[in-house]
Amino acid sequence: MPWDEGLVNSLVYEGPDPSEGRILSYAKAINEAFAIAMEHDPSVIVLGQGVDDPSAMFGTTRGLQARFGGARIFDTPVAEESIMGVCTGAAMNGLRPVYMHNRPDFILLAFNQLVTHASKVHFMDNGQTNVPMVVWAAIGRGWGSGAQHSQSIQGLLLGVPGLKIVMPSTPADAKGLLLSAIADNNPVLVFEHRWLMKKDGVVPEGHYRIPLGEGVVRRRGTDLTVVGASHAIELASQAATRLAKEGIEAEVIDLRTVKPIDEAIIEESLGKTGRLVVVDTGWAMGGVCAEIGCLAAEKWFHLLQAPVRRIALPDVPSPAGFTLEQFYYPDVERIQAIMRGLARQ
Amino acid sequence: MIRYAYQGTGFEGWEERLQALPPALCSALLRDMIRIRVIEEEIERRYHQDQMKTPIHLVIGQEASSVGFCAALTREDLLYSGHRTHGAYLAKGGDLRGMLCEMHCRINGCAGSRGGSMHLIDKRAGMAGTSAIVGGAVPIAAGAALSLKLRGSDRVAAVFLGDAATEEGVVSETLNFAALKRLPMIFVCENNFYSVQSPLATRQPARDLHRWAAEHGVASVQVDGTNVLAAREAALAAVERARSGGGPSFIEARLYRFRAHGGAGDDSKTGYRDLEELHQWETVDPIRTYFDFLSRTQLADDRQRDAMYQAAMKEVADAFEFALASPNPEQKDLYTHVYSD
Repeated sequence: MPWDEGLVNSLVYEGPDPSEGRILSYAKAINEAFAIAMEHDPSVIVLGQGVDDPSAMFGTTRGLQARFGGARIFDTPVAEESIMGVCTGAAMNGLRPVYMHNRPDFILLAFNQLVTHASKVHFMDNGQTNVPMVVWAAIGRGWGSGAQHSQSIQGLLLGVPGLKIVMPSTPADAKGLLLSAIADNNPVLVFEHRWLMKKDGVVPEGHYRIPLGEGVVRRRGTDLTVVGASHAIELASQAATRLAKEGIEAEVIDLRTVKPIDEAIIEESLGKTGRLVVVDTGWAMGGVCAEIGCLAAEKWFHLLQAPVRRIALPDVPSPAGFTLEQFYYPDVERIQAIMRGLARQ
Repeated sequence: MIRYAYQGTGFEGWEERLQALPPALCSALLRDMIRIRVIEEEIERRYHQDQMKTPIHLVIGQEASSVGFCAALTREDLLYSGHRTHGAYLAKGGDLRGMLCEMHCRINGCAGSRGGSMHLIDKRAGMAGTSAIVGGAVPIAAGAALSLKLRGSDRVAAVFLGDAATEEGVVSETLNFAALKRLPMIFVCENNFYSVQSPLATRQPARDLHRWAAEHGVASVQVDGTNVLAAREAALAAVERARSGGGPSFIEARLYRFRAHGGAGDDSKTGYRDLEELHQWETVDPIRTYFDFLSRTQLADDRQRDAMYQAAMKEVADAFEFALASPNPEQKDLYTHVYSD
């Protein structure tokens, strides 16, 4: 068992209703997506440090090598920049690589190939070549992961033309979004969250795709709108459930893809509520929260009845120590308090 | 002071190997080098007119490498390159009009005016990609080779890199990966001893680049990059190794650029390299030495050479005329191909 498995096992999520369909864990839903994609399309390959080891990337790659062979799913040297370039070149020439990282922090070693090459090839050669690749990583949080194993780097990549960024929050979305990401003809980053891996949910059987760039309303409400993705929207959903008992009805929008941003779904909700909270797993400054806040100021100012609130990380690196972590990460109580305050403003 | 002297032996001892080659091939190698030289000189001559609003990195002096290595590749083989793209693009069969339109920032340029001179791409000719980041194209070429291998193709992927690229970590990483996976790949390292104006000696300890590459488990050789036949022969061996499943090769070609890193003209007088060094390498100009060798063996004469120059000059004049008459992009063209459908 990985060293921080106990923490993740201890998280309690609202259990899904088995009468609604088959229940799978988040990690198993991803595993199923890989199996379907590799079965469906022989050009799909999966690579990354440890994809074939016993812990199988949180279980997401378990059994794939036995089924599809070591030529299509394989361990790599610890050489992130070159492997990102290899994936780019492979994608430019007929393969659909999925390059997996245990943590997004390691993608920073490969920014040259990701940001300066993969994202721009299609533009730079005037559409002669495309780069259908997926870069996958699971954001860490807690248990002392610290400043170099907990980073949520979507904000750093948001401003890079040519990339798409997917951040699922449910098992069904994790599967359907991954299948879309693999089928997409552009470089797509899929940021999972470590704390969602054990979450159960109803997951449809077989092949299906959830379109990139389309958010979903998780909860209807008229008092305020909370927008975000991944584990941040999971926490905000829990806060919204609690607030309903206080008589505050929040509308919860799970963006699912943070680039491109589904602007229409936010605008429609703001038309009803006039109040906006943006949540993110990353830093507030210059990231998803900042961008959506700016969109609100630029395009939807006439709809706003109160200032926009951001709930994300302070302009501080992640600490490793348990006590400092409690101050660093927003939890359900803190999100609930901010949402309550905005609803009453 | 000559820091990096020419240490080759020219075409000494090559007579027998030359006789074994088809005369048409011997002649084509000369013609292709002359063509690149003429194109480069015309670009250089017109550059001050500011019609070509793009940086240029002339390949004058390095034509034997461009032509010799590409002579071992088929049109279907994939070629990648760094910023000094002109020679690779032309030798691989890239369209000259497309190149000059690109350099004049026209919409019908080979990259639709998105690339400029550092990003000459012509997929029909297998000129598959370039990078202006030192070493950046190297892992991409490995990815291309991985794809060829996994899909059971007998094509190969090759990449031109400079001496400075061997200082980039990603090139070490890629050598390791290419050796590990026995990729059908050829690293062509054009060692011209200078990165912009920084000599090799201020960047690396004294060592041979091909020996350094060999330490990664990649078959490596050094060749005289002024000798078009030597370049072709080394490339043929590497291509044969790659096609037969023998894995990657690294070829260090020692040569010299006769011009500045970028722009028109030579900049030796700024003092970073001695004019005497340039003049020594000019005595082994790859076109003149090869022509002299062919003349000595009665495979070419002045008349044939002059005809090659004339044909190239006519072709380049036509291509310039075509480029200058070509349309500019419109505002709407900026927004296409950011994402692929």
